[in-house]
Amino acid sequence: MGKTLLPLTVKDFKSDQEVRWCPGCGDYAILAAVQSFMPELGIPRENIVFVSGIGCSSRFPYYMNTYGMHSIHGRAPAIATGLSASRPDLSVWVVTGDGDALSIGGNHLIHALRRNVNLKILLFNNRIYGLTKGQYSPTSELGKITKSTPVGSADSPFNPLSLALGAEATFVARTIDSDRKHLQSVLRAAAEHEGSAFVEIYQNCNIFNDGAFELIKDPGTRDDHLIRLEQGEPITFGPDGRYSVVHPEGSFGLRVQEGGTPLRHDATVEDPAYAFALSRLSGSDLSTTPIGVFRNVTRPSYDELITKQLADAKAQATGTPEEMLTGLLHSGDTWTIL
Amino acid sequence: MSAPTKRVEQLDRVVIRFAGDSGDGMQLTGDRFTSETAQLGNDISTLPNFPAEIRAPAGTLPGVSSFQVHFADYDILTPGDAPNVLVAMNPAALKANLADLPAGADVIVNTDEFTKRNLAKVGYAVSPLEDGSLAEWSVHPVALTSMTVAALADSGLSKKDAERAKNMFALGLLSWMYSRPYESTLRFLERKFAKRPELVAANKTAFTAGWSFGETTETFSVRYEVKPATMLPGTYRNITGNAALALGLVAAGVRSGLPVFLGAYPITPASDILHELSKHKRFSITTMQAEDEIAAVGAALGAAYGGSLGVTTTSGPGVALKGETISLAIALELPLVIVDVQRAGPSTGMPTKTEQADLNMALYGRHGEAPLAVIAPKSPSDCFHAALEAARIALTYRTPVILLSDNYVANGSEPWLLPEVSELPDLRVEFAREPNDADGRFLPYLRDPQTMARPWAIPGTPGLEHRIGGLEKADKTGDISYDPANHDFMVRTRAARIESIPVPDVEVEDPDDNARVLVLGWGSTYGPIGAACRTLRQRGLPIAQAHVRHLAPLPANLGAVLAAYDKVVIPEMNLGQLAHVIRARYLVDAIPFNQVSGLPFTAATLESMLEDVVKNG
Repeated sequence: MGKTLLPLTVKDFKSDQEVRWCPGCGDYAILAAVQSFMPELGIPRENIVFVSGIGCSSRFPYYMNTYGMHSIHGRAPAIATGLSASRPDLSVWVVTGDGDALSIGGNHLIHALRRNVNLKILLFNNRIYGLTKGQYSPTSELGKITKSTPVGSADSPFNPLSLALGAEATFVARTIDSDRKHLQSVLRAAAEHEGSAFVEIYQNCNIFNDGAFELIKDPGTRDDHLIRLEQGEPITFGPDGRYSVVHPEGSFGLRVQEGGTPLRHDATVEDPAYAFALSRLSGSDLSTTPIGVFRNVTRPSYDELITKQLADAKAQATGTPEEMLTGLLHSGDTWTIL
Repeated sequence: MSAPTKRVEQLDRVVIRFAGDSGDGMQLTGDRFTSETAQLGNDISTLPNFPAEIRAPAGTLPGVSSFQVHFADYDILTPGDAPNVLVAMNPAALKANLADLPAGADVIVNTDEFTKRNLAKVGYAVSPLEDGSLAEWSVHPVALTSMTVAALADSGLSKKDAERAKNMFALGLLSWMYSRPYESTLRFLERKFAKRPELVAANKTAFTAGWSFGETTETFSVRYEVKPATMLPGTYRNITGNAALALGLVAAGVRSGLPVFLGAYPITPASDILHELSKHKRFSITTMQAEDEIAAVGAALGAAYGGSLGVTTTSGPGVALKGETISLAIALELPLVIVDVQRAGPSTGMPTKTEQADLNMALYGRHGEAPLAVIAPKSPSDCFHAALEAARIALTYRTPVILLSDNYVANGSEPWLLPEVSELPDLRVEFAREPNDADGRFLPYLRDPQTMARPWAIPGTPGLEHRIGGLEKADKTGDISYDPANHDFMVRTRAARIESIPVPDVEVEDPDDNARVLVLGWGSTYGPIGAACRTLRQRGLPIAQAHVRHLAPLPANLGAVLAAYDKVVIPEMNLGQLAHVIRARYLVDAIPFNQVSGLPFTAATLESMLEDVVKNG
């Protein structure tokens, strides 16, 4: 069979499987946004792979008419690392959730980011365990009352972006399920990035944690709390850009204030302290929440380095694999019996 | 070095144990002596024994490291039960090994280390060299350290550096005693210290000084020779199980034409396989040192999905962690090789000691009905062929395969008759290229009627885009299915496809065809069981030996073999795991014989147990 003819359309990326998320789930919007973005990539769909873990979001690959693997809880980044490192010709996407990526799979996530494996990691953060029916997650706010924490959770949440930045991620972004235009602009930037791209997507679970992100979604409140990061633009928000993100003299971090001289956003700043400071603006209460690309810097990907090591070794080798194997078997101290 | 001037005695076999502090270089010394012995054409079997601590406090019992080498003018099967010669570099090495020494054995001690302080460290109030407690052995006191330092007086090395060459003095002495060819050791020193010419010279000088000391001193009146063994013609090298296993994986890559992807996390005693494979990138071998055991197997599985030969190497604790991913591989029906170099458990157990207690885990250690293939090598060089066989089963039948090595075969060594590459099994595979359904669809779980394997359709293949996962799949289509009848069918199919993998029949060794007792083993016990059986037969006691290489599925003829004997004895380095399988499956009242000391069986232990069964059955 020949290669798939380009360009593709959104229909080419829809699988024949019935989508089985709860009606009203934010995952539908993300799926639709991804499917309609995919043709833009210009990559034949046979060269695209979606790998997921376990959880509501991890059903995602079944609905994409690409290659896909629905794996096990938390391990998608590890499995995808083996795939991507051994097949650098593929475009490998990881779909995960806050429990999958940050709880059971936290170790694999940080190491994939540290290695800068060429993976596009989409973390659907709904701040709750959905598939197991409503326990608190590692991104749930402190004191969250759920089935497993009837008097409130006693553990503080992760800030996923701060975590990713601490793990040396080269591309870190945040977007929202319901804002298709923004979501697709972030996907575009992630896809263009060589190396690990970490994208947190705020996603509403209308069954177990409905309205978790309402403050930054509701048109009535949104503009007072949502900070849209645009490369090269001053970081302001609120009515008429009333609020600015500033770097107070003598301070380690950034602050929101009325007026003042706003910082100009630059995701390419090498020092991760800047993106980290941006990530610290948002907390559980969402009162000042930046979205967009926080960090976008370049360093060699794991795939690239591994591939080069193999290529270098092969360039120095002589003979067929069989001849090389014969040579290898006969290396060291040998003796012959006639 | 001049020709020997002393009386020369012929021996048919010798067992030497080099023992010293962890930092004394005993493994290297033993290794070099083995290499010299191999050059001479003796048959050899070796057994290193070292602590898990990298440098336990110097001079203490826990810090003792030893290397035993058995060589003979005939084919041998074990590293030997008891040493004929012990080289003890300090009081701790003497004390730790005395119990294994038969009366009359030669003991060469480094007297320089028998200081008051070192004696006190191991609880000797009086030096055993002086209180007559060693009377039953032939003790040769040698001032190894000071003679080494004296030989290197003009070398410009510090005293401390000069002392470090004492193992080469010991090697020189033993090489003289047993008439070993030393050229390979001199070449080795040139390679090892290529960047430090002064150390090449110093170690050569120490070696020569040891040799000359043997020639001139009156402490040693006899020199020994062990003639070459009769071995099959061909080219040989001495090899450990871990090295052979690594080469088997390289060969599997070459013979399959697939890139090899090894995901591994460092763990004793399996790490050497990772080290070895990391040197062979020119064979399209990628080695990834993963963040943990789970990631290691996950990455290997991801690579297998992409069309590589996926491999992960570990020991028991690692297999425990990998269990969920292995189950996923079973559901995905993808090829995967999992190497378990077993060590003594449970938990951290004794990481540098051997055991066969992961058989149950390999067979059953997963959730749900999760069958896979299990095979076990029987000797160090057999690890090469076992690795190829594991890859063959994985690739042909699209299944994870667990290869159960253990510390005994992994670190032990023996001569290996090098195979012809062209005669190794052909492991080429066909990836799916076209839709496999009449109406042009691709059905990822439509099976090959011969192998019951599903198509291996790797990403990048146009038209075969499909989704797989851990959720139960519908037969043929691979769609998610909760249909009760389908699940029942799929569970039975997964079991049947492993059970129907054709594996070679088990062979029975019963030379006179008159045995009533069968001894059945698996894995690394092959050597000691074989040695025990030989001795019994030489003594006129008939006994049959069979050794199981494929533990899942079991050989088709095994039931008939078991039924042909009055008694079946199963020695294992666990509490009867294979015996349990045999009893359950064949309703045979097998007699388990178990040892879980962290050490391999001695032939003598098995001989006496089997003698009892044969005589008193």
